[in-house]
Amino acid sequence: MKTYLPNRFIVERDPARCIQCEVCVNQCSFDANYRDADEDEVRSREENCVGCHRCVLFCPTRALNIRRTPLDYRENANWRPEIIEDIIRQAESGGILLTGMGNDKAHPIYWDHLVLNASQVTNPSIDPLREPMELRTYLGRKPDSLTVEPGSLALKTKLAPQVAIEVPILFSALSYGAVSINVHESLARAAAEMGTLFNTGEGGLHRKLYKYGANTICQVASGRFGVHPDYLNVGRILEIKIGQGAKPGIGGHLPGEKVSAEVAATRMIPKGTDALSPAPQHDIYSIEDLAQLISALKEATNYTKPVSVKIAAVHNAAAIASGIARAGADIIALDGIRGSTGAAPKIIRDNVGIPIELAIAAVDTRLRQEGIRNQVSLIAAGGIRNSGDVLKAIALGADAVYIGTAALVALGCTVCQQCHTGKCAWGICTSDLRLTKRINPDIGAQRLVNLLRGWSLEIKEMLGGMGLNAVESLRGNRLHLRGVGLTDTELEILGVKMAGA
Amino acid sequence: MTIGEIRKGNGDHLLRGVPEGLRPSGRIRPLSPFQGERGRGERSIEALNNPYNDDKVISACSLFGMMDVSGKVFSGKEIIRAIANMHVRSNGLGGGFAVYGLYPRYADYYAFHLMYMNKQARAETEDLLRENFHQVLAEEIPVNPCIAVSNAPGLFRYFLEPEPASLNGRPADDFVIEKVMQINTCIEGAFVFSSGKNMGVFKGAAYPEDIASYFRLEEYEGYLWTAHGRFPTNTPGWWGGAHPFNILDWTVVHNGEISSYGINRRYLEMFGYACALQTDTEVIAYAMDLLMRRHKLPMEAAVSVLAPAFWEEIERMPAAKQELHRALRTVYGSLLLNGPFTVIIARQGEMMGLTDRIRLRPLTAATRGDMFFLSSEESAIRLVCPELDRAWIPMGGEPVIARLGGTKVVAEGAVAAGRAAC
Repeated sequence: MKTYLPNRFIVERDPARCIQCEVCVNQCSFDANYRDADEDEVRSREENCVGCHRCVLFCPTRALNIRRTPLDYRENANWRPEIIEDIIRQAESGGILLTGMGNDKAHPIYWDHLVLNASQVTNPSIDPLREPMELRTYLGRKPDSLTVEPGSLALKTKLAPQVAIEVPILFSALSYGAVSINVHESLARAAAEMGTLFNTGEGGLHRKLYKYGANTICQVASGRFGVHPDYLNVGRILEIKIGQGAKPGIGGHLPGEKVSAEVAATRMIPKGTDALSPAPQHDIYSIEDLAQLISALKEATNYTKPVSVKIAAVHNAAAIASGIARAGADIIALDGIRGSTGAAPKIIRDNVGIPIELAIAAVDTRLRQEGIRNQVSLIAAGGIRNSGDVLKAIALGADAVYIGTAALVALGCTVCQQCHTGKCAWGICTSDLRLTKRINPDIGAQRLVNLLRGWSLEIKEMLGGMGLNAVESLRGNRLHLRGVGLTDTELEILGVKMAGA
Repeated sequence: MTIGEIRKGNGDHLLRGVPEGLRPSGRIRPLSPFQGERGRGERSIEALNNPYNDDKVISACSLFGMMDVSGKVFSGKEIIRAIANMHVRSNGLGGGFAVYGLYPRYADYYAFHLMYMNKQARAETEDLLRENFHQVLAEEIPVNPCIAVSNAPGLFRYFLEPEPASLNGRPADDFVIEKVMQINTCIEGAFVFSSGKNMGVFKGAAYPEDIASYFRLEEYEGYLWTAHGRFPTNTPGWWGGAHPFNILDWTVVHNGEISSYGINRRYLEMFGYACALQTDTEVIAYAMDLLMRRHKLPMEAAVSVLAPAFWEEIERMPAAKQELHRALRTVYGSLLLNGPFTVIIARQGEMMGLTDRIRLRPLTAATRGDMFFLSSEESAIRLVCPELDRAWIPMGGEPVIARLGGTKVVAEGAVAAGRAAC
């Protein structure tokens, strides 16, 4: 069938610079560059270009550039090019349209409508270069009060397991199989160096990475891939994955082509078979079932690890979060509508769920109304792009944040949204051995460490500017936020005042 | 000492016509009309409540505290001189005093001090008090009308005991807090500014020395006094916003701005404390009540919640101490008072001075015999007691505590202050 899809990109090749070295041919995993044997010349198949910039950045003579095709449709606010082309794609394939990464729609990004405070005159700002500035955060269940013996000051209360992180930023769930072992190793090593945690995602943990167990959150998802006693006991935190911001309400599908021998061994499935995660966990059809799984995991690990429950941020996230806290979870992870994925139906990624900013505010407020916010830790995920977003999430009420896309961008990702194809030219979201070696864990870990270090320096500067020297003083402290360009209802849900008020 | 004896003046503050001894019933007899209705015109609610509805009130201040640890009572004369000596640290928009050992004759009764902006507020409040409490005495707080203060509300005091039926088995203190919150949040124009036993707060929107004269404080006696002169930057003429802040017998005078106020308040709200005044100082009083009365933490542990050690310091502590401090920060992190502050926190038999953990506001402590002093400036201490046994500047985050029966000075790393260095 002839495709009616126009090319998305133009590959511009400067003939004066091109030395016909074929680096672009080798780098492009989408076959957008090739050597024309007849003409003995490197050329492009522009219809294959996804705009990932791999060839541009690796061209030794800077002979390449990628531009959007300036092909205009007649203006129409309703039938926009993306909508027309989705229909064309569907008419030609007859299936669910798949995509990768997070929601790319122009839903309000509330981070961009929130501004932070700073001290002037009445309160000195604190210089983090001269004064201590504390970012350490403890994740885990807290009691309402402590009992301390008068006189001896001996602590009588036994605390549930607590996990300290030195920066309030964790690496979000990215499963082995979806991403390569080199990506997992980069994340694990960066987490270990920065005193934080990475999340295995739902594909288990390769034995080679067990040595980073103290910096690992081991996820237990609906497919139960790679879940066994060693796996549960090696991690620092266990996370039950109920949902994901990019695809609330549905399961996952890792195609058999990505299930290599190593992935198969780690996931405990036959090589080359599709790994299908059911939409729900089939032993959790209600909140009391969740309570049972939480206690089963605690029992299996002898009550040594906090248990987190991750949900997609949906309309009644606040009530659900309250139920999760009461079901015995120590940590609640919320993933907003801009959360990313290795593969999801486009229609779901773009239309299901709510923005994380509103979800954090609603959940934090609700848990406070019920007097249980202090008992659980709250981790926010889904579209956190920089240290400003991190601090805004914390001020709205999160204990810490998960970053996924930002971490991948640090590794080279250009958010070209081709994760679901398994052909990632940057070697991130693929199990093709020719591509996965493009991520060198030494360099990958260094890039991630640099990112976290840069963000934590910025966070310290901003905290100091607000006159605070410990991150817990900002947590849920919405007085340090103001809204710009928001309606009264939005301000009310966010619990912040309008700038100027 | 009786109420009648508190004042060595003309005695016109006494509940007129009431015979010596307790009144037989809880009825309150009619009191003299408000001063405001005697010609100062309409009162506005704004003098009592935060007029701009600010989230928190920013102010800088002078603090002074003095305590005789033997329990001997003394008049307010000296502390008035001391706080007046730091006149320039305040700007005439707030001053106040707390006195302990004030009402020994009614020591078993909750002494409520109320500000009223109008008759309606008073009527509603007194209805509420009648319904819930047995009242042994009610009277207008005596003032010196010759002192020029603006926007003065009606000032009354009540000596109360919760009706057993109202308590319904609950601790009396919890019941009293609930009623104080109810009056302060639900009755427009009424504000309980003191609610402890055998103690009292006197405050208003004026220089502290003028407030002292207005309330005739030189005629009262107590064994522990704290005082405050306020320099608010944004809320003129707000009587309720002056310090000390009080709940039960806790009082707090505070110099500083608490940048963590937003979360301190939201945390306390989870435990039923309504921060009606939206001032950062208020949260300190509630935090101490929560930590020490309800959670029964020792003072040393409570102080480590408000001004905790840095993680780095905690890691250098011996194992058991480390566990305690880590647990305190982990569990009560939302009560960390972050930002520059000095506070003097007092309750019956105890006075404590504390600065934030990097000591961004001043505090000097001193002792002379049984007298214990805390002050923003050493000069104010020297004014009232030129010869001191010891004077020093406590380290940031390190509490200085005085208790009846002996001074306990928890300040090993103190820096010698001024000329007391020798």
